[in-house]
Amino acid sequence: MHRGKGMKFVGDSRVPKNSGFVPPKDYSEYPGKTEAFLPNFLLKEWMVGAVFLVGFLVLTMAEPSPLEAEADPTKSGYIPLPDWYFLFLYQLLKYPYAAGHYKVIGAIIIPGLALVGLLLAPWLDRGPERRPLKRPVATGLMLLAIVSVFYLTWESTVSHDWKQAAEQGKIVKKVSIDKNSKGYKIYSSQSCVNCHGQNLEGQVGPSFIGKNIPASLVEQVAVKGIPPKMPANAFKGSKKDLKTLAEFIAKSSKK
Amino acid sequence: MLAKLYDWIDERLDITPMWRDLADHEVPEHVNPAYHFSAFVYCFGGLTFFTIVIQILSGMFLVMYYVPDIDRAWDSVFYLQNKVAYGQIVRGMHHWGASVTIVMVFLHTLRVFFTGAYKKPRELNWIVGVLLFFVILGLGFTGYLLPWDMKALFATKVGLQIAASVPFIGGWIQTLLQGSDVVGAQTLARFFAIHVFFLPAVLLGLLAAHFIMIRRQGISGPL
Repeated sequence: MHRGKGMKFVGDSRVPKNSGFVPPKDYSEYPGKTEAFLPNFLLKEWMVGAVFLVGFLVLTMAEPSPLEAEADPTKSGYIPLPDWYFLFLYQLLKYPYAAGHYKVIGAIIIPGLALVGLLLAPWLDRGPERRPLKRPVATGLMLLAIVSVFYLTWESTVSHDWKQAAEQGKIVKKVSIDKNSKGYKIYSSQSCVNCHGQNLEGQVGPSFIGKNIPASLVEQVAVKGIPPKMPANAFKGSKKDLKTLAEFIAKSSKK
Repeated sequence: MLAKLYDWIDERLDITPMWRDLADHEVPEHVNPAYHFSAFVYCFGGLTFFTIVIQILSGMFLVMYYVPDIDRAWDSVFYLQNKVAYGQIVRGMHHWGASVTIVMVFLHTLRVFFTGAYKKPRELNWIVGVLLFFVILGLGFTGYLLPWDMKALFATKVGLQIAASVPFIGGWIQTLLQGSDVVGAQTLARFFAIHVFFLPAVLLGLLAAHFIMIRRQGISGPL
């Protein structure tokens, strides 16, 4: 086959049916229609780009990029969350037919089909029509995919516990705690330490540091609990110990 | 003076065809928002490239402070964010720019799809475009770990578990990305290398192919 023979491109293509270079069209052939890329179009493009950039920079200053506390693999209670553009995939893996034994369906088969379908779109949709309404199968499948991705993303944000997510990732100041104090000894001998951490920094339960908790509230919660996570009667001991503990936590929480 | 310089180079390198492809071509009416405002959908590809340039430039500045080591990675990001002059802006550009790039790629893909622009003769450029989409998602995934904060570590653990569930080769993929038995020092080093060297190299190569094909074939005609 003669190379380049039979090539016919649509639109403003400058690669001709027959091989060989054809110089760009003369603009005067299309008065008022086409526009020179340089400088006419590029200048307008730059203006739009400049507006876009200013808006973008305002965003970066108004909303500092988030940074959570340093990674700590021992905090196994952490509920993971991927970046927003992977949320739909993350949500898909929560459904029973796409998780557990069927994980391969949610993790490989469904995304794989979408990937291959997207890659092979030009061969799956071979007709000469380009208008979306004239190729309803392709348009319909793509709309279905878009709706599914939006729905899954939305579902994942609704079912996520944002309050706990903000709490669990907080950067906690490293404060020195007097581990020889009476209050700390009670704290570590009771079950408090298991959930609230060796340094009151929080593990499964929240941190106390910087919260400025009044002693009376500590006494109350240690006995009554906060449903559902903080159990009632977590504190077992004398009234005097409870008071010492409450004062210790209240004092430490001011740091 | 400039014309003379141009002639001097042109005489040796024959740059006129290159210059033609780069700048000296016309923009057809149907993609020019100045004529039809609805043609702004044709700007998404250009804006994607613009955000990728932002990502590359801001990333180059981030590497000046970032340390890819589990002991210091988080501290270096914290320092950059809170102590370095304009550090918050540079990191903000890279962080939010990643999201903006994904949004723009998504919109550009939809524009190409719904205008049927992937049809013959542009199938190959569509393939390259889809590959670019996946490279960009890969950059997003590997970049998410680098600040080495809580959400980075645990999201990456989940991501690697998903990779491990691939039949037959899942274990190998996980070992290749993770570098050791746990998500740790090796993983951070590997993700850094992938994020800063491997994927950008692939990205630039694919972008070059994308643009060369677009110049050769031109923008698809009006519907």
